Amino acid sequence: MKILVPVKRVIDYSVKARVKSDQSGVELNNVKMSINPFDEIAVEEAIRMKEAGTASEIVVVSIGVEKSQETLRTALAMGADRAILIKAADTVDTDIEPLAVAKLLAKVTEEEAPGMVILGKQAIDNDMNATGQMLSALLGWSQVTYASKITVDGDTLNVTREVDAGLQNITAKLPAVITADLRLNEPRYVKLPNIMKAKKKPMDIKTPEDYGVDVSPRLTITSVVEPPARAAGIKVESVTELMDKLKNEAGVLS
Amino acid sequence: MSVLLIAEVLEGQLNKDSTAKALTAAVQLGDVDVLCASSGCGDAASELAALQGVAKVLCANDASYEYAIAEPMAALIVSLADKYEHIVFPATTSGKNIAPRVAALLDVMVISEVMEIKGADEFVRPIYAGNAIQTVTTADAKKVMTIRTASFDNAADGGSAAIEEIAAVACDTPVAWVSNEVQKSDRPELTSSSVIVSGGRGVGSEEDFKLIEALADKLGAAVGASRAAVDAGFAPNDQQVGQTGKIVAPQLYIAVGISGAIQHLAGMKDSKVIVAINKDEDAPIFQVADYGLVADLFDAVPEMTAALE
Ligand SMILES: Cc1cc2nc3c(=O)[nH]c(=O)nc-3n(C[C@H](O)[C@H](O)[C@H](O)COP(=O)(O)OP(=O)(O)OC[C@H]3O[C@@H](n4cnc5c(N)ncnc54)[C@H](O)[C@@H]3O)c2cc1C
Ligand SMILES: Nc1ncnc2c1ncn2[C@@H]1O[C@H](COP(=O)(O)O)[C@@H](O)[C@H]1O
Repeated sequence: MKILVPVKRVIDYSVKARVKSDQSGVELNNVKMSINPFDEIAVEEAIRMKEAGTASEIVVVSIGVEKSQETLRTALAMGADRAILIKAADTVDTDIEPLAVAKLLAKVTEEEAPGMVILGKQAIDNDMNATGQMLSALLGWSQVTYASKITVDGDTLNVTREVDAGLQNITAKLPAVITADLRLNEPRYVKLPNIMKAKKKPMDIKTPEDYGVDVSPRLTITSVVEPPARAAGIKVESVTELMDKLKNEAGVLS
Repeated sequence: MSVLLIAEVLEGQLNKDSTAKALTAAVQLGDVDVLCASSGCGDAASELAALQGVAKVLCANDASYEYAIAEPMAALIVSLADKYEHIVFPATTSGKNIAPRVAALLDVMVISEVMEIKGADEFVRPIYAGNAIQTVTTADAKKVMTIRTASFDNAADGGSAAIEEIAAVACDTPVAWVSNEVQKSDRPELTSSSVIVSGGRGVGSEEDFKLIEALADKLGAAVGASRAAVDAGFAPNDQQVGQTGKIVAPQLYIAVGISGAIQHLAGMKDSKVIVAINKDEDAPIFQVADYGLVADLFDAVPEMTAALE
């Protein structure tokens, strides 16, 4: 079985986003960019399935600027076999919406015919948490979100999902679209020789036009501002002082 | 045109808190019909009918909706979509699972985690773990969105809406529910509690997490956790607060042994009063704390618990 893993290039999770002074967006030039952490988990899961003999080939795909190649190379260095870059933006400030991404991924899926697509549950830049669900709807494949454990049993998946109340176990027929949650696995570190090897792995470069998909946005961003800052707090010296402040100053303890 | 609010009803039980908060947002958009789809959901429908602001409750009582599996839920919602301009969900894991599916089936974008409604087609939502706040307008004819419940108050009781039974929509779903693994607790629900005590990696072990729970119990508080505490097995996943966990905004949030990573702050920085207990005086959590106590939690937490005796 082939597995398709979409990976997004996003601001590194350790960087605090800075809003631009013209309120048009977040500063992304000269900022450390990385593979979306959830997508790293998705790639890792696919590799483990390949190591276990369930999967035969892992194709990674990214939609965005030319530089998303770096993100794809990271996934290739982890162990993916082949990459597709769909060049859909000229500047980092253009973010392709989940609906358009899902439409492109649906086309790639038709072409590649994988048995499953594993995405991240959420891109940590736009925080949409939508693409996997949309892709599942477009393909009519099993929708399996927020997976924290997956086992493959013939043409059926047994999946544990992270939900508000705790965990939920489901079964899903293949083919399936899965989104990875934090506790699905711990991604491996990439070893230097693998980074060298990844440079030789095949990478196709496409455009949205190749797939006949219109990626123009449905939402117009009218402003991006900083959240209201919290007023500076104080340090207290002791538990006694803390309890006193909570009772008599903040009024949150009776 | 009116609004369809999708109530969160799982196994016949209404999640009243998140639904009532999403209702407060929905009524800003127009007349609100509420969809109550589950199995054995008659009581839930009555509870919904009693919320102020509900025009009508549509009750779809069918086994296929019992666990809110996305496929049948989306098929039902899409079948109702003609009459509504806005389709609104609470931004719970269940709502976030279904809403984008509905949007894609209707060929519209989804607007996730709406924290403010500026108009019928203008919405405010957080991005980058809440480090930026985006205002968007949409040109889509139908607006499908999830509502960040921590940003809205509960709708009040006192309504008396009509309940209309509606038929299920046939849907051959490839997904089946098997079981839940839920830790029952008598403590308040994390997202509705007015006081939360959260523990982080600094707590050190599952055993020592009892210190957090003991303090929470004295305060009548819910228990939260950082991702590191959940990953390490100190606390269950449903207690994770943050960008990719639960979003909370209680009156009082006490962070114990939590460093204050961007992703954690994203889930709690709208709390009214924040207390941080950490032995590292430079921990970033102190930058958002109203009251910071630099101390060893193994001294401070039992002392606080004792002081509440
Ligand atoms: C994609 C992604 C999503 C994420 N989502 C979330 C999320 O939703 N929620 C979340 O919380 N995190 C999330 N994280 C993780 C986040 O980046 C941090 O790693 C995490 O919040 C750290 O948890 P912590 O503060 O408990 O641990 P640490 O950062 O290790 O901090 C432990 C703290 O305990 C203090 N301490 C230690 N011993 C004591 C003691 N005896 N007394 C007092 N203080 C003590 C230390 O000084 C330290 O500040 C996410 C990360 C990624 C990449
Ligand atoms: N531009 C993109 N390129 C590749 N994958 C993407 C892109 N956008 C979203 N995805 C995938 O969809 C997941 C969810 O993203 P989102 O719905 O934007 O929160 C991500 O974790 C990726 O796996």
